[in-house]
Amino acid sequence: MTTTAVSREAGLVRSTATVTRRALLRYVRTPQLIVLATLQMALFFLIYRYMFGGAIHVAGMSYVDYLVPGFVATGVLFIGIGTATAMADDVGDGFVDRLRSLPIPRSSVLAARVTADTAILAFSTAVTVAIAYAVGFRLHGSALDGLAAFGLVVLFGFAFEWAFITMGLFAGNAQAAQGMGMIVFPFALISSAYVPVSSMPDWLQVFAEQQPLTYMVDAVRSLTLGPDAQALLGHPASYFVTRALLWTLAIVALFLPVAVAKYRRG
Amino acid sequence: MQPTIEAHGLEKHYGKTKALDGLDLIAERGQVVAVLGPNGAGKTTFVRTVATLLRADAGTLRVAGHDARTEPAAVRRVIGLAGQFAAVEPAMTGHENLEMVARLFGQTRREAKANAAAVLEQLGLTDAAGRLARTYSGGMRRRLDLGASLVGAPLLLLLDEPTTGLDPRSRIELWSAIRGLVDAGTDVLLTTQYLDEADHLASHIVIVDHGRAVAAGTPAELKRRIGGDVVEVHVRHGADLADVAQLLGRLDHGAAEVDEPTRRVSVRVASGSSGLMAAVQSVKEAGVEVEDIAMRQPNLDEVFLALT
Repeated sequence: MTTTAVSREAGLVRSTATVTRRALLRYVRTPQLIVLATLQMALFFLIYRYMFGGAIHVAGMSYVDYLVPGFVATGVLFIGIGTATAMADDVGDGFVDRLRSLPIPRSSVLAARVTADTAILAFSTAVTVAIAYAVGFRLHGSALDGLAAFGLVVLFGFAFEWAFITMGLFAGNAQAAQGMGMIVFPFALISSAYVPVSSMPDWLQVFAEQQPLTYMVDAVRSLTLGPDAQALLGHPASYFVTRALLWTLAIVALFLPVAVAKYRRG
Repeated sequence: MQPTIEAHGLEKHYGKTKALDGLDLIAERGQVVAVLGPNGAGKTTFVRTVATLLRADAGTLRVAGHDARTEPAAVRRVIGLAGQFAAVEPAMTGHENLEMVARLFGQTRREAKANAAAVLEQLGLTDAAGRLARTYSGGMRRRLDLGASLVGAPLLLLLDEPTTGLDPRSRIELWSAIRGLVDAGTDVLLTTQYLDEADHLASHIVIVDHGRAVAAGTPAELKRRIGGDVVEVHVRHGADLADVAQLLGRLDHGAAEVDEPTRRVSVRVASGSSGLMAAVQSVKEAGVEVEDIAMRQPNLDEVFLALT
């Protein structure tokens, strides 16, 4: 043996950074992941924009301006399925076992997952926004409002990552994780993301109005639509932003401890 | 010197199933210990317990003197684990994979690079060091995984069924890589379902079944207890099976086993080569038509039959 390792600990920051780097490299070096995900996102977006868009009328504005905040905010759920499958893969193929057998803080593994996937999510969101601009979306609020909206979307995504990490840990393999990920469809669709809640049957409205995504979508919307927002949404931006942030906090408070407990037990 | 592994009365329950049911095992320094047993015997549970991935429900376990229950961090500093799957990152090169693990062991960037290169060299992967691991063959991935468990210069290497699922050639390559490590002074605990693998690699074999150790000793000791080798005759006509069984039964201790569907008769003999010659002789004299006569090591079933 020529190795000359000295026993020093890799601290939380270094081990998190090292494991994060691996997750990002995997993303960057698997072009089909980026290309397919982006194409899929663009396709869905164009279908909503051009096919359903013709049939959906929102009073006082173009549908694309209504749709984009909803599409981007709920997009974090669809991107999050990737987190669930990646986490499940890492459990299933022994990678997590390897990391848990190393002298590193155990929290660094989940911290790395959430850091890498939040970065990926920010990138995907930026790509979606660019496509949105190309097909006619315009920001009606200030540039600062636009940045705040983007930041909110990434923050929501970060919160949901914990739910997806939990799913991945419990699923144990990518197929199961993918299956569990299907739960995002009702949440994304039965919200104010694609159509106004008022167009839904009463019993659906009850759920759609109260669920976190509607608050998140409307928080983003109230920032990007600028002065027109209040007329449409009935409340100022601060109303939605506070509620969306409370939901964000609640989601992290619910799922982070579950994920950590599951991870510790192995 | 304290043993590398000292397990007493280890128990691990999953509901009503007892994966470990009072397992005792001592691995002395400088030994390669093979834990041999069938599927579900508790081998993997034991390795995972030593690797601090699981906590035993009862019993004591010390690894290099550290209590696995109360000082898991100290245990993690001295072990390297290669599990049943090649846990390498396919989207990173061989070198990057090892460098990552070395960094996680607290090595500086420079040390990590140097150690990664040294381990790749040691495992014959230098030429492939710059290629993404997803382009590796199954055998190369396993070797890289082995490298990942080595790059932290562990006192004890834990290999859980290192060759399961490999083709024969990759298996032999991996064996020689493991033997190289052993020669270099790393202690190894490996699990296997194959007696020949344990025989090839280990200086001490512990046979486990139903979560407890049923026998332990050097390969030579165990083979003496099992009764040496097996001579197996594959006859052309099923009708000859009974006659051949009788002939072989006279060769040595123990009755011959008949396997009708495959038309094979096997018998355990003290010495494989003389047993084989005697078998050839007697079958020839009886004028029985044979497809094949061979001598082999007892398989796991036969080992269990002899020991339990």
